[in-house]
Amino acid sequence: MNIHEYQAKRLLASYGIPVPKGGTADTPAEARNVAEGLSGAVWVVKAQIHAGGRGKGGGVKVCKNLDEVEKAAQAILGMQLVTHQTGPEGKKVHKVWVEDGTRIARELYLAIVLDRGYECLTVMASPDGGMDIEEVAEKHPERIFTTRLDGAHQVWPFQARKLFFGCGLTPQQIGQGVAFVSNLVRLCVEKDATQVEINPLAVTEEGNIIALDAKLNFDESALKRHPDIAALEDPEEGDPLERKAAALGVNYVRLNGYVGTMVNGAGLAMATMDAIKQAGAEPANFLDAGGGASVEMVSKGFEVMLSDPRVRGVLINIFGGILRCDIVANGVVQAAKNLNITLPLVIRMEGTNVEEARRILNECGLNFTTATSMTEAARLITEKTKGVAQ
Amino acid sequence: MSILVNENSRVVVQGLTGKEGMFHARQMIDYGTGVVAGVTPGKGGQSVLGVPVFNSVEDAVKETGADTSVIFVPAAASADSACEASAAGIGLVVLITEHIPVLDMVRCKAMLKANGTKLIGPNCPGVISPGKCKIGIMPGYIHKQGSIGLISRSGTLTYEAVHQLTGVGLGQSTCIGIGGDPVPGLKFIDLLELFREDPETEAVCVIGEIGGDNEEKAAAYIRDTHYPKPVFGFIAGLTAPSGKRMGHAGAIISGSKGRGEDKIAAMQAAGMTVIKELGHFGETVAGTLRKK
Repeated sequence: MNIHEYQAKRLLASYGIPVPKGGTADTPAEARNVAEGLSGAVWVVKAQIHAGGRGKGGGVKVCKNLDEVEKAAQAILGMQLVTHQTGPEGKKVHKVWVEDGTRIARELYLAIVLDRGYECLTVMASPDGGMDIEEVAEKHPERIFTTRLDGAHQVWPFQARKLFFGCGLTPQQIGQGVAFVSNLVRLCVEKDATQVEINPLAVTEEGNIIALDAKLNFDESALKRHPDIAALEDPEEGDPLERKAAALGVNYVRLNGYVGTMVNGAGLAMATMDAIKQAGAEPANFLDAGGGASVEMVSKGFEVMLSDPRVRGVLINIFGGILRCDIVANGVVQAAKNLNITLPLVIRMEGTNVEEARRILNECGLNFTTATSMTEAARLITEKTKGVAQ
Repeated sequence: MSILVNENSRVVVQGLTGKEGMFHARQMIDYGTGVVAGVTPGKGGQSVLGVPVFNSVEDAVKETGADTSVIFVPAAASADSACEASAAGIGLVVLITEHIPVLDMVRCKAMLKANGTKLIGPNCPGVISPGKCKIGIMPGYIHKQGSIGLISRSGTLTYEAVHQLTGVGLGQSTCIGIGGDPVPGLKFIDLLELFREDPETEAVCVIGEIGGDNEEKAAAYIRDTHYPKPVFGFIAGLTAPSGKRMGHAGAIISGSKGRGEDKIAAMQAAGMTVIKELGHFGETVAGTLRKK
């Protein structure tokens, strides 16, 4: 789960990590008020959306007086901000963050990520702040310094020193850097953040280090034990259908095609999408009906999938393990009756209680086509959705 | 022979008295698995499905000689349960539970490593040596005893593959679901190593998916060590978009890392037979083995 920059900066500040002073605003007048309450002679107005590259898209403006702050907020609030991460349609800006301008001497890069290869938290730093780090990693791997934490997620001062000597900081700044990294690791471990990016980490003209931007990503499996973090989720971000699915506990990802899929198990769901593509059609979604899905849950997952107007037909592929086929059959029947489904449906089931499932489906009066293999199922749904008007 | 589990495995079920634990313990017992104990703290002294329940894994090991554990407890308590099993001297822990916080797993794995405990999972269907021992949640009846080893990051996708193998007459020595999490226990390489030494296993199937580099590492291992048995590969998620988590916490393409195309290329370069269409999994394996 991602959070906004302003939320990240408040969280960093609560861990003793230096960030510019600032506040949020939903209107230009509010932005002016926030700026008035800050000390600086220069302010920065920043669009609050979950995407990088906001500056290039016109979502970040530096202002020299309060009128400029108001004008900048006027321009940014309500704009459809397009960056390389938003897609061509962009994202609407509902909130800005107004902060004190920082006199920047140098820009560094700092990140903490879960390294899947070494299975530990890894801290990375680079003197090339403000740049796309994947590009730095490719062209100048020697300019990225890394240090891996142990299984207890402990960071020693020498590890942080190694990173900042590599970045060419002075001894006094290295002291600040050690405290910065130590506090950031503490945040990660206490709040289950598995990806943190401070880009840029600025060295000010006064010689202090400060986080000018912050991207935090939290482990969704740990949100239950962090209600404070879970509360930071912005319902305006992300696809509305994906939000609806998440609220119902259904694993759903929207894609660009027109064949809806409902499958039990993430791996089989991905393979089913691939099979649809190989048969010559385009999958509309990933939907994992899960292990312990109830009749109600399956029925609601169905409802989410069919809320997508691009869906012309549906392939249901169930291989029973934990999930019993008769439960899915009941869910399909219930949803079909509730939603008055008229779209072509191809159902392929195999596994636990499959005979009972077939009996339920055959006797419910639902108009469906059954398939015995994956290849057959993908071929049938492709035939049935080809040329069907959207 | 088979790897990891067999007719002599003595299994303790952690979370036996819960709904999931009891349901699957019954299926395991019906399959013939040697379930010797259950553990639920505070319910020691009870008996469930004719199996004695203990307050701790340590007690269970002492009283019953259990050597393998399977865990059906909620995510928040799972890492603790795995560590408890490891501390009690259990040699193999099978962790079924999903949604375990990944930083818990990093800590947990550090302890298991120090104790020399093997881990399968988390977020996995478990392990089965057909005809001998089933530990986990897979439907037993789709399997058939034989000579194909199978390793997979998925649950139901594994059942699909096994079902097809059985359908074309190819039985399995051992099938392992290593789970869909970013920090799993045993990985493809560890299991390829065990299958290498197993005389009963004649060929191995590796079922991967997008995210991470477990498949690339397995391919490099097969190439560099001149793996002596035919290895088949399949990758799920070729149509998945970048940056989206596809159900499994580990199935996410990050930037240019973890893409299916790269995994397939690595497998092909290592001399593995890559199966592109899941619907033809069984017949491709059978056809290729016939030619050899």
